[in-house]
Amino acid sequence: MKHYKKMIQPYVVWAALLIVIPLILIALYAFTEEGNEVLTLSFTWKNFAKFLESTYVNVVVKSFWLGIITTFLCLLLGYPLAFIISRFPEKTQATLILLVTIPEWINMLLRTYAWMNILADNGIINQLLDLLGMRPVNMMYTDFSVILGLVCNFMPFMIIPIHTSLSKMDKSLIEAAYDLGATPFQTFRKVIWKLSIPGVLNGIMMVFLLSVSTFVIPKLLGGGQYMLIGNLIESQFISVGDWNFGSAISLILAVIILIFMSLMKRMDKQEE
Amino acid sequence: MSNKLIELKDLTKNFDDQQVLRGINLDIYENEFLTLLGPSGCGKTTTLRIIAGFEEPSSGEVLFNGIEISKLPPYKREINTVFQKYALFPHLNVADNIAFGLNLKKVDKSVIAQKVERMLKMVGLEGFEKRDVTLLSGGQQQRVAIARALVNEPKVLLLDEPLGALDAKIRKQMQFELKKIQQEVGITFIYVTHDQEEALTMSDTVVVMNNGEIQQIGSPIDIYNEPENRFVANFIGESNIIEGVMVKDFLVEFDGFRFECVDKGFEEMEEIEVVLRPEDLDIVAPEDAKLTGVVQNTTFKGVHYEILVKTDLRIYKVQTTDYAEPGRKVGLSFEPEDVHVMYKMGAY
Ligand SMILES: Nc1ncnc2c1ncn2[C@@H]1O[C@H](COP(=O)(O)OP(=O)(O)O)[C@@H](O)[C@H]1O
Ligand SMILES: [Mg+2]
Repeated sequence: MKHYKKMIQPYVVWAALLIVIPLILIALYAFTEEGNEVLTLSFTWKNFAKFLESTYVNVVVKSFWLGIITTFLCLLLGYPLAFIISRFPEKTQATLILLVTIPEWINMLLRTYAWMNILADNGIINQLLDLLGMRPVNMMYTDFSVILGLVCNFMPFMIIPIHTSLSKMDKSLIEAAYDLGATPFQTFRKVIWKLSIPGVLNGIMMVFLLSVSTFVIPKLLGGGQYMLIGNLIESQFISVGDWNFGSAISLILAVIILIFMSLMKRMDKQEE
Repeated sequence: MSNKLIELKDLTKNFDDQQVLRGINLDIYENEFLTLLGPSGCGKTTTLRIIAGFEEPSSGEVLFNGIEISKLPPYKREINTVFQKYALFPHLNVADNIAFGLNLKKVDKSVIAQKVERMLKMVGLEGFEKRDVTLLSGGQQQRVAIARALVNEPKVLLLDEPLGALDAKIRKQMQFELKKIQQEVGITFIYVTHDQEEALTMSDTVVVMNNGEIQQIGSPIDIYNEPENRFVANFIGESNIIEGVMVKDFLVEFDGFRFECVDKGFEEMEEIEVVLRPEDLDIVAPEDAKLTGVVQNTTFKGVHYEILVKTDLRIYKVQTTDYAEPGRKVGLSFEPEDVHVMYKMGAY
């Protein structure tokens, strides 16, 4: 054991360089005023106070709201899919899971551009509607297009952990439930669902984190006016140039996510 | 015995191209401890799963109280199963595992608590209600699995090699307890095992299976003393199996000599096989016996010696408390009732 412990050292250095130091820098930026030199640091809460302005609070609320909807839809659609996949013979399952991940092999930007082509006012769907003699529908730059993009992008992160928990479940437990008089529906509710909860919580955590902090998808599918936390942070750094405020938002987001994760962990423990 | 509870009629089962059951006919009675015994892969589990409702037979019928049930799903059958690896629900504690079936039937909470307590007492796990099932020992999990099945008061309990995962000492004790529980609750047990000793000690009826077919149905004593063919004789206990002919009723010929026996009902001069159990053979002076040979090997086995005696035609295995040193010329003797005449394999 001791022997192997040494091997972890490069990773500790790596993590320190790429995670811890940037975090310290972010914290430093968040608590200091604009235009500071390293030598003349002046600490302030200003950046956090600014965040409490209603426009920014609204952005947070909207981000979380979209995150919740996206997570919920991914669960609603992903669970049945994971369940169906887990009913197949093992070899087929591996192939099907591979198929689920195929979209992730292609750059997210490209995928999102593809959605733009499909959803645009003169895109594929509207052209089809036109052929059928129906009125075109405006889909781009709406909550609909953003949620669609988020759900499609993050679905695999819901399906895979759920599938893992379903496929490693002992099949004789299902037979035991039938044997004791449970109908297929009761068996699902009282055994299968209960035993897949750790996978569900993992999936929720992943999808929620990804969708709360994303900025590419809302930017492309929601348009320039569409502001989520991710976009807000991005704009502070890229276009506004207020690194201090951007850092403060990042820090707040990180704290909220930490709280959220510890809540999920606690739920997981209770289930056990 | 009492009433017929389950009848299997001409059951066959194919998996893909493989025929796993080749026409099983079996009557199972109320209150019977019936064991399916046979080597691994002979179709015992498949038979049990058809009775439980997890598999549908490819052809044939399953009658329960005279009603055909082979298409009835398991949750509608008055049958419960103790699974090979117990299959306890890991997310429920001991009491909730046992109460699973009763909760589904919306039985009153206080009644459930009472019944669970009574079951735990019966299987010797009083006070275990709140325990985590995943932290129990194999033997304890086994008891919970039995309680979980029996609390539903099924007409039949199916047990698929329930003691297979336990170590030898607990096995012996559980064999005894299972038999006691069966007599206490007074329902039919259908028990699957590949362990002949287990089958002989626990059962009212033993069904010996091989290769998807029933070889013999009978009481443990019948099966041991009157094996119907070479397979059964070989599978149950140790045997000397010798080909011969049935000269006429009560007279059999093998190894060039004629011997008295107690079997009848074969055709005259029918080719048969004879079983001589090693413990039924005695070593005597050569001049007192028809069969003579030379002691080839003597092994001490605790209670008895196992002695291999080489005659002109074969080697006989003898188990006796008398010692005989290798190289000695000896005679083999046995009584007429020790000669078990069987149909020749494949002759019927
Ligand atoms: N679901 C299945 N699919 C294909 N073959 C099976 C299946 N279940 C059992 N078998 C085959 O049927 C035969 C009998 O199996 P089984 O009834 O489990 O035997 P036993 O319980 O006597 O060991 C074995 O050869 C086994 O490989
Ligand atoms: Mg088996």
